[in-house]
Amino acid sequence: MLAWTIYITFIGVLVLMLLPRDNARAARIVALLTAIAGCVVAFIGAIQQTHPGEVTTITKIDWVPAIGASYYLAADGISLVLIVLTGLAAVTGILFSWNIEKRAKEFFAFYLVLIGGVYGVFLSFDVLLLFVFYELTIIPKYFLIARWGSTRKEYGAMKLALYSFVGSHLVLIGLVATWVVAKGQLGHASLNLIELSKVSFPLAFQHWMFPLVFIGFAILAGMWPFHTWAPTGHVAAPTAGSMLLAGVVMKLGAYGCLRVAMVLFPEGAKEWQWAIAALAVAGIVYGAGVALVQKDFKFVIGYSSVSHMGFVLLGLATLNTIGLDGAVLQMFSHGIIAGLLFAVVGRMVYDRTHTRDFNDLETMQLGKKLPFAAITFVIAGVASMGLPGFSGFVAELQVLMGAWAVFPKLTILSGVGIIIGVAYTLRAVQKGFYSDAPAKASDSHEHPLEPITIPEKVGAVMLIGASLVIGLFPGLLMNWIEPCVKSPLFERLLKGGSL
Amino acid sequence: MNHWLTILTLVPFLGGIVIAGLGAERKNLVRGLALVTSLIGLGGALCLWLHFNAAEGGLQFVEKFDWVATLGIQYFLGVDGLGLLMVMLTAIVTPLAVLASWNVSDRPHVYHALVLWLQAGLFGTFTALNFFHWFMFWELGLIPAFFLIKLWGGPKRSGAAMQFFIYTMVGSVALLLSFLAIRLATGSFDFIELAGMARSGVLASKLSATFGWQNIGLIIFFGAFLGFAVKVPVIPFHTWLPAAYSEAPSPVTMLLTGVMSKMGMYGFLRILLPIFPEQIRQVLTPLLWLAVATIVLSACAAFAQKDLKRILAYSSINHLGYCLLALFAAASVATGVTASDLQKAAALDGALLQMFNHGLTASALFLFVSLIEKRSGGLRGLGDFGGLRKVVPVFTGLMGIALFSSLGLPGLNGFVGEFLIFKGVFPLAPWAAAISTIGLLVTAIFLLTLIQSVFCGPLNARWSKMPDLTTAERFLVLPSIALIFVLGIWPQFILGKIDATVVNLVQQLNF
Repeated sequence: MLAWTIYITFIGVLVLMLLPRDNARAARIVALLTAIAGCVVAFIGAIQQTHPGEVTTITKIDWVPAIGASYYLAADGISLVLIVLTGLAAVTGILFSWNIEKRAKEFFAFYLVLIGGVYGVFLSFDVLLLFVFYELTIIPKYFLIARWGSTRKEYGAMKLALYSFVGSHLVLIGLVATWVVAKGQLGHASLNLIELSKVSFPLAFQHWMFPLVFIGFAILAGMWPFHTWAPTGHVAAPTAGSMLLAGVVMKLGAYGCLRVAMVLFPEGAKEWQWAIAALAVAGIVYGAGVALVQKDFKFVIGYSSVSHMGFVLLGLATLNTIGLDGAVLQMFSHGIIAGLLFAVVGRMVYDRTHTRDFNDLETMQLGKKLPFAAITFVIAGVASMGLPGFSGFVAELQVLMGAWAVFPKLTILSGVGIIIGVAYTLRAVQKGFYSDAPAKASDSHEHPLEPITIPEKVGAVMLIGASLVIGLFPGLLMNWIEPCVKSPLFERLLKGGSL
Repeated sequence: MNHWLTILTLVPFLGGIVIAGLGAERKNLVRGLALVTSLIGLGGALCLWLHFNAAEGGLQFVEKFDWVATLGIQYFLGVDGLGLLMVMLTAIVTPLAVLASWNVSDRPHVYHALVLWLQAGLFGTFTALNFFHWFMFWELGLIPAFFLIKLWGGPKRSGAAMQFFIYTMVGSVALLLSFLAIRLATGSFDFIELAGMARSGVLASKLSATFGWQNIGLIIFFGAFLGFAVKVPVIPFHTWLPAAYSEAPSPVTMLLTGVMSKMGMYGFLRILLPIFPEQIRQVLTPLLWLAVATIVLSACAAFAQKDLKRILAYSSINHLGYCLLALFAAASVATGVTASDLQKAAALDGALLQMFNHGLTASALFLFVSLIEKRSGGLRGLGDFGGLRKVVPVFTGLMGIALFSSLGLPGLNGFVGEFLIFKGVFPLAPWAAAISTIGLLVTAIFLLTLIQSVFCGPLNARWSKMPDLTTAERFLVLPSIALIFVLGIWPQFILGKIDATVVNLVQQLNF
């Protein structure tokens, strides 16, 4: 069932290709229907998984037997959470791109390819297959930004693509080496993630291979100091692009870190635990600090993503159940909240005012002109600060609890990051929507702002609802995540690599 | 299973949602509905008050069931004398604040919705007994307060709102981190359970076993302390307060000082004292100094102010300082000597009473200031007035009663709380009590100065046509003034409800 998320999405791409070139409306509707179908399949498929703690095989077909590669799709609780996230992000992203007129057909085709690739990564349990899907997402990302982006779009697109390629090369080198060593130990070639996870790689090998593969994936997760693609890429991307980049693409990186690097090399993870935690906290504090001084509204959100992904990495670095639980929940939560923030800034504000500069926005009194956008941003900002009642709180709560057990001092330091997070969010609320600066009398009469449209409202309500529901009833997702983290797949990792 | 406390919290919350949906056009409907909602809250609180079994003193109206099973979080509500008193205070002050905001015409639907959400946050904070949702309400109160200051405040509102929010969040984050550490070590977020663990010593041993530091308990205590100290506030964490109180619209200041400042005190009494008694004892002397400094310095600062709202803001810090003094003194000696138990009970009785009285009096005072502002077009400097008693005798008389209550005149409510506090604290920490009396003296000086320069002396010609209180306004201030007298003469009305709770609390401290 879940595999159909991938197939439906790619079928949607084919249908889009067949549409006439200039019918933007048809393209939108096809894309939306595809995304909704994918989302519904993801939901139903996820609910049908009765044992989220186990890896449930969906399809397993030999692919290149000579190297042990197979077309192996499966899902466990963590995959389910991220699949549902992808479904939600896909639908809302299209709702917030409803105003795309320029080559809409191509836009949505690239968009759906990206979504299909993301679904693929989250469902692959064959390392090669995972890598193929992972690479597949880079191309549509590049074109989405370079063609439909704004501010310095070519630069942003190129930077993002290069960073991604460097990361995936590191991963590729690591995987080849892993394949060779595993073949020696297993006696046969295998790329099956479950099989590989049972191999005890030599300590020295893990010591060097873990950082290689981990950093390879972590570049995409926005780990400091490899994060610099993230703010520029997010800012340059069109709204739906930034929503997907922050919402799901960064999760690909974090997912790879957990699923591949940490599961395959548990002892390496143990050894480098401190370094990861230190970099994660550096990212939390640095990202928040830089967000505090931005002049461009979208850069604030871009850097806040770096800061929030720091919590995911910190949770991963704890190597304990509660920290990993929190990290996975934070992936979901940040996907929802960052998507919403980018939607407000990119679609609701920028598409109407054609500026993201706080100095200009301050004179516009957007709090009164676009009350819906203002309230949405306030709610998203509150959720992003990690205030209780929203998903971010439950996630960060668990990450911090896990971190207390291992790195008490770093935990206190990350508290500073949270406080700066409050400060930059409030600053953005004040400058963006409720500034006291006097209004410029002239332009408000000349260009009345277009009111917020229905698709935008629907998208915003969906995302706010998701964050609230998970914030109040985290059990809905924890019931998937928790048994999964406690499953045999992660056993070696949680025992610090000793088994 | 009863759900009274949940309903009590939900009424203002849902009322706020309905009001926000009404839109800005239907002003009178919005106001009326806000008033009705807050009166329902008052009625509910009164029902709780009447049905509360004072003799038993333990937690009542308890609701408890599993919420987030994977995290071991329960939905746990209940009130004892302390919670009940605070719920009652919230329920009394909110309708007054709504009435005082009758003339707000800029986006009244948002304004009143925020006021009601603030009330919901307060009700939730005073009834929740599990950190998870307690913290939710604790923060829920913050956001409406921020926007009320930010959107309806005075000229320097942006800075004041920002400072208020950030300061409080620094405290909240410290508090959160502390509780996460506790949760990690003990597996519990339950205030009552944690207090039990603290008594039996399990908490300390689990903390040091988990973290391997001897002093981790103290670090965690400081985190939690910071959270509440900013909210009360304790000097030197108070600098957000004068700006926030004076920039906020006066009805909002009524809520800020009347009830929100009690959130901090409530946290001290409900959480810090039962869970960290040992740590409080370890650093008792510095804490007592902090309380003394809060009392004396804030009184002196109030004396130096020229703006009515700032004077009252500093005076608020001063009055809550007495509660802190009582609280720390009550934690002082560990022995179970009966005499010292009685003193502790007196001090804590006084502290609770003082919290209620201060909420009542301070909100009444800010109400009067808002009435002055309405007449003076926003002026509220000490030197802007003079001789008002000649033109507005009724106003002068009634505000004078509130001022004298704040000053602690026997027969009015303020006196009883302070008297009990000093009666309890003197034997427990004589030097601290002795120095604190300077605060009483300075308070008397600055309040009398206020009365003199506003109401006495030659009449400032500018105000010769100032209208006295209208009938509606007289009815508005009547409840506060009546309660000031009632509680001053018959404090047993409240003491009867809280006595058993205080005795319990004192017994918990003996181990």
